[in-house]
Amino acid sequence: MINRRQKVFLYTGFSLILIVGILLADVFVSVENLRTDFSQQSLGPSFSHWFGTDWLGRDMLLRTVKGLALSVKVGVVASLASTLIALLLGVSAAIFGKRTDAFISWLTDLFLGIPHLILLILISFALEGGVRGVIIGVALTHWPSLTRIIRAEVLQLKSMPYVQASIRFGKSPFYVARKHMLPHLMPQLMVGSILLFPHAVLHEASITFLGFGLDPSRPAIGIILSESMRYLTGGYWWLAVFPGLALLVVIRLVDVVGDNLHMISDPQQGQL
Amino acid sequence: MNSLKYLAKKGLRMLTLLIAVSILSFVLVSLSPIDPVQSYIGADMIRVSEEQRQQIAENWGLDQPPVTRFLKWGSNLIQGDFGTSSIYRAPVLQVIGERFIASAFLMGAAWVLSGVLGFILGILAGMNQGTLLDRGIKLYCLIMASTPTFWLGLLILMVFSVGLGWFPIGLGVPAGVLQGDVTLWDRIYHLILPALTLSVIGVANIALHTRQKLLDVLSSDYVIFARARGEEGFALVWRHGIRNIALPAISLQFASFSELFGGAVLAEQVFSYPGLGQATVQAGLRGDVPLLLGLVIISTAFVFAGNFIADIIYSIIDPRIKEGRRNHD
Repeated sequence: MINRRQKVFLYTGFSLILIVGILLADVFVSVENLRTDFSQQSLGPSFSHWFGTDWLGRDMLLRTVKGLALSVKVGVVASLASTLIALLLGVSAAIFGKRTDAFISWLTDLFLGIPHLILLILISFALEGGVRGVIIGVALTHWPSLTRIIRAEVLQLKSMPYVQASIRFGKSPFYVARKHMLPHLMPQLMVGSILLFPHAVLHEASITFLGFGLDPSRPAIGIILSESMRYLTGGYWWLAVFPGLALLVVIRLVDVVGDNLHMISDPQQGQL
Repeated sequence: MNSLKYLAKKGLRMLTLLIAVSILSFVLVSLSPIDPVQSYIGADMIRVSEEQRQQIAENWGLDQPPVTRFLKWGSNLIQGDFGTSSIYRAPVLQVIGERFIASAFLMGAAWVLSGVLGFILGILAGMNQGTLLDRGIKLYCLIMASTPTFWLGLLILMVFSVGLGWFPIGLGVPAGVLQGDVTLWDRIYHLILPALTLSVIGVANIALHTRQKLLDVLSSDYVIFARARGEEGFALVWRHGIRNIALPAISLQFASFSELFGGAVLAEQVFSYPGLGQATVQAGLRGDVPLLLGLVIISTAFVFAGNFIADIIYSIIDPRIKEGRRNHD
């Protein structure tokens, strides 16, 4: 048996290879590879086309990889942006007095109150749809839950003797936040941002599935799946099964990495 | 008394949040470069002259500055007038009302089913910690948490509608039947698959939560003492476990209205079920501003209602909240 640390190492390595592989493949797969080929229309999965081909003879594996690459990019941007927002808001809430705290927790409630998907539709509408609207929407809406966690953690840190001592010595809130709190928050920030990734990717897929951010030149997983709906009655099951399964695998892997890192960095709370 | 004060405070907060939501969504919609007059006219654009366009804009008050428009819209809103939907050509509240009933059936069925099933699964897993059953349930829940709702819907549609042919492919009621002739059975029949999709996904959260809570309870001193007295098996879990974890689970279920609504939007899209979700997607894609704003506000109010009920339950089960100690944690 391997222990947890080794397991995390394996999972992390495997996920990284997979994600880098997807991104690299995206660079090498050009429009040329996705051109229509009517001699290869609607073929089931085979050795030359692992995921089958669609009604235009395009290889589904290549389209899926293209879609996954977009998902991964959106996911990474969204986790980084949301973690940064959560860090800023969470730390300010806990450091700058009661009013700031009340306002930030009110803001958090505001964003948690609107059903997430509806908020994404609203933002996408405000930005006139398109991939840009999807990316900005997903990136700017995933911070509330992490903000709450960071705020609670910072509040707890604030009552620690070493932080109290530093404050009494007249250090500025900014200094305390940077020197005493940030290093302590690092593991949680890392785990938090990794665990945001699956949410962001799921939302990206959902919103493109609903038809927002429609851009035929850039197949997103959501778009591929919503197109497949028209061909389901014809029995072309592979059009829907494989792209969705691939997305599920990527999401689950990142989730496993995040959960395991959580358990290593915080064995008491990270238990599942 | 304190508990009432706590709830009043929560209620007031929700009111301010709801006002903020309407301001935020109005600002976002105003930012949009999509021309509402254009989307109203739609394909008829050739037959509409420039003058008629201006008249429509004037009718809607689009020539006025945004603040004036917002105040007018807001005051109408308070009087219960949400404006007119441009794609359904009917008052927004009427459109939402009709669709809300359809969605409420779907969400209600999924909510109850996922709650009950999730609770049972969580208890089963917690009682058999570490066994194959527990690990199976846990794995299932974790996988479901990573599964796109609409993809699962597609799989279910493929298996039960296309493959086995047991169910219709979409539509809330049979095609070509008058509204009055639709029977209750028809409605249920068309509801089963979307509700099943939402339930299969929805059990994950509640089951994992229940399992964890049960494990906490089972390792507590009073359960160890109860075991020492000779209590065991399901009787023990019933007497000491379920009583302790039922209310938090119900409360969690009420607090999950936001995800439920999002899931319903996706399931309605897959099964072309004519509910609120489909209306939202249409409103967003075709630029029906009054309907979109109305849906944002109604769905947020729906989520807040769920959160409020969850708060009430919390204040019943946790005496610390009654005493107002929660803020000092």
